[in-house]
Amino acid sequence: MQKIFSHPCSMIEDPLHYCPGCTHGIIHRLVAESIDELGIRERAVGVSSVGCSVCTYKYFRCDMFQASHGRAPAVATGAKRCRPELILFCYQGDGDLAAIGTSEIIHAANRGEKITCIFANNAVYGMTGGQMAPTTIPGQRTSTTPAGRRVSQDGFPLPMAEMLASLRTPGYVARVSMHAPSEIIRAKEIVRRAFLHQVEDRCFSFVECLSTCPTNWGLSPAESLKWIEREMLPYYPLGELKVPDGKTGDEDEHN
Amino acid sequence: MTRVLMKGNEAIAEAAIRAGCLHFFGYPITPQNEIPEYFSRRLPQVGGEYVQTESEVATSNMIFGAAGVGVRVMTSSSSPGISLMSEGISYLAGADLPVVIVNMMRAGPGLAGILPSQSDYAHATRGTAHGDFELTVLAPSSVQEAVDLTILSFQIAERYRVPVMLLGDGMIGQMMEPVEFPELEVGPPLAADDWALTGCRGREPRLVSSLYLDPVELNDKNYERYRRYALIRDKETRFDTYNCDGPYDVLLTAFGVMARVCMSAIDELAKEGIRVGLFRPITLNPFPEDACRSAIARAKRVLDVEMNMGQMLVDIRLAARGSHDIDFIGKCGGLTPSVEDVVERVRVHLAAIRAEER
Amino acid sequence: MPAIRVAGDKCKGCELCCVACPQKIIALSDEINTQGFRYARVVDAPRCIGCGLCAISCPDLAIEVYAEGTVYQFYSYH
Repeated sequence: MQKIFSHPCSMIEDPLHYCPGCTHGIIHRLVAESIDELGIRERAVGVSSVGCSVCTYKYFRCDMFQASHGRAPAVATGAKRCRPELILFCYQGDGDLAAIGTSEIIHAANRGEKITCIFANNAVYGMTGGQMAPTTIPGQRTSTTPAGRRVSQDGFPLPMAEMLASLRTPGYVARVSMHAPSEIIRAKEIVRRAFLHQVEDRCFSFVECLSTCPTNWGLSPAESLKWIEREMLPYYPLGELKVPDGKTGDEDEHN
Repeated sequence: MTRVLMKGNEAIAEAAIRAGCLHFFGYPITPQNEIPEYFSRRLPQVGGEYVQTESEVATSNMIFGAAGVGVRVMTSSSSPGISLMSEGISYLAGADLPVVIVNMMRAGPGLAGILPSQSDYAHATRGTAHGDFELTVLAPSSVQEAVDLTILSFQIAERYRVPVMLLGDGMIGQMMEPVEFPELEVGPPLAADDWALTGCRGREPRLVSSLYLDPVELNDKNYERYRRYALIRDKETRFDTYNCDGPYDVLLTAFGVMARVCMSAIDELAKEGIRVGLFRPITLNPFPEDACRSAIARAKRVLDVEMNMGQMLVDIRLAARGSHDIDFIGKCGGLTPSVEDVVERVRVHLAAIRAEER
Repeated sequence: MPAIRVAGDKCKGCELCCVACPQKIIALSDEINTQGFRYARVVDAPRCIGCGLCAISCPDLAIEVYAEGTVYQFYSYH
């Protein structure tokens, strides 16, 4: 009997602290598998952010930073600029990246930092008990929108992938989802491409991963997958929004 | 050693490069703009890199990343920018990362003014940000001393793995004075091979973090850090005195460029045989408390002179432990107490001293 | 004959593997593991086709998949 699926070696074996059915664990695995396959564990440096994924640093078997809330892309910038041979990746949630950290992610992208940002979007602040996030869906009840998010008060969900894809410098911007095995398989390939983008010394790769939060959505893990499909996909279409088109004129020489 | 006429800001930048700092992250803010500008010209010439950031908040986190991978790094800003960096400084202290931060002070609070000031003394030495930690603060009073203290800042930062602030009162950055750069044989980049994140080849993965969810571990960590601060206090505390060899009736206390105004006042009064001394802390934190107390003890009256509403005044009073009433002259907003202001106030004290003696 | 192995103590009983299994042969056991969750286990082992969709869907990396002979390779695993 041949083992055809097992634990990526870039992740430790201990149990994860995430809630049952929370797909953070899957995103972690896709990142670890990509690091394994590209053989970059020994020069990878991850930056974990603040939120449910604050403990990311405990799960990856490579050098890790713990950044302050929203600032992971800046920490990664500082590290990459000083040791370009390292492979820098950030792992952030939507409260961290799409709220307090928007300035850092937009400018890291626009400068074309050669880092890879993994963004888990679960439409709420999970760690702190399910408050509204910039990515919360209109009408979605959260602990701070008891009557549901009202566009008139709270605006529409912030489409981070589209925003970054509209910039000229970033080389690879995509959005994937964890809501079905087929999507996870596609996501795995896209996460690997994002890391490969950095391995090839190209500017800025970003993957937004739609993720579940059964505890704060008040749904079962299985229902949460459906919720992504029904409620989130209309606001967060999947796919590779920006791909490197190779040499496209001089201004892209570093792309 | 050739002497060069140089602007303070640029001299500080050149000193940092001579000290082996080849990476700078910064954001424009008056009155320190010449520092990032200088670095952006010079660093490419020496194989370094200048990065212009999107905000001081981002800057404080970028130097976190740079120091975290074991590279000598520096930033500079001015008062409002330093306020934005406060959270980052707490994280740098909490993760034991050696960095140098220059604060070329300007008038506050709020947007206030862009002229020189000393109104960040308390923020730098006591209330920088959340949590128990100390920021080592050095205050130069000349462009040459700014060069020397910049180099010293890197040495202290790396020796004790702490963030260090070079606190200039605006003028230091803007005035030009002749400087000499000491010949430095620059050692390997920051001796960080036992903790820096350089990729886990051949070793266990490492973590650079200020997060300690276990209270016992965090408590122990703070105690360990304060043992280092005590070492800094014992070994790195620095101060200067002027005209204190002989006896004096009045002691002036001042730091940065204000000390030079006081020295002029002392010289002027000395022509009339009036004996006035000056005590000038160079390390504002750790504050030279014992030396200050013994200088105060020899004086009949003490006058603190600052470009703020009385911030070092608190430390002078603490050092005096009630032995003297500490008088104070302060101007802010960009104004500077003048030699005449100091001389006039000293005369008031002298008259009082003579009245007591009769 | 392909098979999977569930690390009982890592499982949090989220049932995502049960949903993902095309053969519908995974269910939560009645016993609870050390974390206090009813953990997933295979109820009809011979019908396992070794597709790995359960392992792919597991957020807690609790499932390993074994197979022999022809192996599904739509997932570029080592």
